[in-house]
Amino acid sequence: MRPISYRDCERNITLEPGTQNMKPETINNNFKTEEYFVNMGPQHPAAHGVLRLILTIDGEIIKNVEPDLGYIHRSIEKMCERDSYQQIVHLTDRMDYLSSHINNEAVCLTVEKALEIEVSERVKVIRTIISELTRIASHCLWWGVMGMDVGALTTYFYGFRDREMINDIFEETCGARLTMNYNIPGGLMFDIHPNFVKRTKDFITHFKTKLPEYDRLLTGNVIFQKRTKGVGVLTKEDAISFGTSGPVARGSGFANDVRKRHHYSAYDRVDFKEALFTEGDSFARYQVRIMEMWEAMKIIEQLIDTIPEGDIKTPTNAVIKLPKGEYYQRVETARGELGVYINSTGTKNPYRLKFRSPGFSNLSVLDHITKGAKIGDLVATMASFDFVIPDIDR
Amino acid sequence: MDLMKDYKMNNSELQNLIGSWFPNPEADKISKIVTTSETEEGSEEDAKVQEPINPSLLEFTEEASEFLNITVQPEQLHSLMSQLKSNEKTCFDYLYCLTGMDWGVELGVIYHLESIDLLHNIVVKVKTANRENPTLDSVYDIWRTAEFHEMEVFDFFGIKFNNHPNLKRLFLTPDWDGYPLRKDYVDEANMIIK
Repeated sequence: MRPISYRDCERNITLEPGTQNMKPETINNNFKTEEYFVNMGPQHPAAHGVLRLILTIDGEIIKNVEPDLGYIHRSIEKMCERDSYQQIVHLTDRMDYLSSHINNEAVCLTVEKALEIEVSERVKVIRTIISELTRIASHCLWWGVMGMDVGALTTYFYGFRDREMINDIFEETCGARLTMNYNIPGGLMFDIHPNFVKRTKDFITHFKTKLPEYDRLLTGNVIFQKRTKGVGVLTKEDAISFGTSGPVARGSGFANDVRKRHHYSAYDRVDFKEALFTEGDSFARYQVRIMEMWEAMKIIEQLIDTIPEGDIKTPTNAVIKLPKGEYYQRVETARGELGVYINSTGTKNPYRLKFRSPGFSNLSVLDHITKGAKIGDLVATMASFDFVIPDIDR
Repeated sequence: MDLMKDYKMNNSELQNLIGSWFPNPEADKISKIVTTSETEEGSEEDAKVQEPINPSLLEFTEEASEFLNITVQPEQLHSLMSQLKSNEKTCFDYLYCLTGMDWGVELGVIYHLESIDLLHNIVVKVKTANRENPTLDSVYDIWRTAEFHEMEVFDFFGIKFNNHPNLKRLFLTPDWDGYPLRKDYVDEANMIIK
C-alpha cells in the first residue's frame, strides 16, 4: 500500500488496501464533510465596523449566518430619556455617521411637528440641499469600499477624492466635516457660508464629469459584474416582509422612498425619479445607488439657484417641552428609512424615544439571502447592503 | 397610484372595519338591558349612569397621535395582526417600526404598520401588566422583520414572545442582569441619574 498523496486528496478519493488496480467507479469517496462555525468579525475588514457574524459553514458553503451585535452599543435610546431635546440632536450624529445631517433632521422634524412650528422656506431648502450632498458623500464612500470589498482597490481613492470636496463644503458652512450638528429644533444653527452656493455648484460640475468615470472603472468591469450579478438575490415579497428600506429595498423593486411617499422639507417641490431596479441582486443595489447620486445632483441643481430669503431659526423656548402625546417622523437617509418615535409626557425629556434604524432591519435579511452561497459572495452582498454598524447597534 | 388612492381608508373607516372583527359580547347584552329598561320608568337616570359601551373588544383612539391607535388584549393580538395583514381592504404588509415600551405599570409593544399599496397607516399597541414574566405572541410568522425587533425588545424589556424561533440576548451579553430600558432599571456603575 502506498501512502495517500496530495494528488489523491485533490481527486477527493481515498485509496484503501488493494484498490490500486480497481476501476474508478468502484472507488468509494470516504471523505466526509462536517459543518463548523467560523467567526467573521468583530474585526473584519468587510464588515466596515465591529460586526460579528457567526457563520455555520460546510466547506465554502454558508449554512447559517447569525449576527452577534452590541460591540458598539451605547444605548442611545436610554441616554435620550435623560437628555433635553437639543442634546438628543447631537447624539444622532453618532448613529449613522455617514448621514449625520439627515439623522439630525429627523429629530428636529419630530420636535417641530410636536411643537407645531413651521420652519421658513429657506431652512427647508438648505436642509434638503445638505441632505442630498450628504447622500452623495455617503454613496461615494460606499462606492469606494464596495469596489475594495470585491478586490478593486482603485475605487477607494476615486470615491474619497470626490467625497473630500463635499466635506470641505460642510466644513466651511457647518464647522464640521462628519458630525455636522447643523440642524437644531426650529431651524439651523447659523446661516450658510457666502461661498456655499458657488462651491456646491462647482462640485456638481466636477462630479458630473467624474460619475461617468465611476461607471467606466467599475460598473462595466467584467470581474465586478460576475462578482455581483445574481449574488444575494432578494425578492420583492421578502423585501417587504423583512421591513427593508432604502437602496436595498429599491434594488428589489420595492418602491418605498420616504422622500416620495411622505414628503418632508423641500422634497415636495423638486422633480426627481425614484431609483428602482427589479433584479434584487447585489448589482441592482449597486445601480440604485449610482442612480441616486445622479438624482441627488438633479435635486440640488433645482434648488441651489433659488434659495429663498427668510429666517434661519424659528425661536423656541430655551427649555423645550413637547406636549403630551406620541410623534413619529420618517426620513430617508442614505441607508433607508430612519424613523423617530417620541412618546412625551409633557416634560423636558422624552418618556421613550425609539430610533427605527434602516441598518437594523436590513441586517435581518442577510441570513435569509446568503444561505447556500459562498463566503466570498457574502462579502459582496454585505458590501452592497452598505452597513454602518453604529446605526445597527445604536 | 391614483387608482389606489380610492381604496385608501380614512381612520374612521378603518376603525369601523377593524372593530367589527372583534365584537364585544358584553355590548350586546348591556344594550339589551338598556332597551328593556327604557320601557319602564326612570330610564333617563339609568342612561346617565350608563357609560358608552365599546362595541368592540379593541380600543380605538386618535388622541395625541397622527395615526389611528388600536389597543388590543394580548389574547387577540395574533389574530388581529394576521387579519390586518391578510384582509384585502386593510392589507398592512409593511411593519416599519416595532417599539418596546414600559408604561410604568404595564409593559408592552407598539407596532407601526403601513400598507404599501393602499398608503394607510395604523398603530397597534399591546400591554401586559405582568412585570415578572411578561409574555406576548410573536408576529414573526406574519412579518419576518419582527424576528429581529422582538429580540431587541426581549433584550431591553424582558418581554418573552411565544413561538419566536430564536429568542436570545441580541445586544447585551447572555449573563446581563436586568432589562436596561425598563423604567425601574438601576445600574449604578454605568448610569448617570440626574
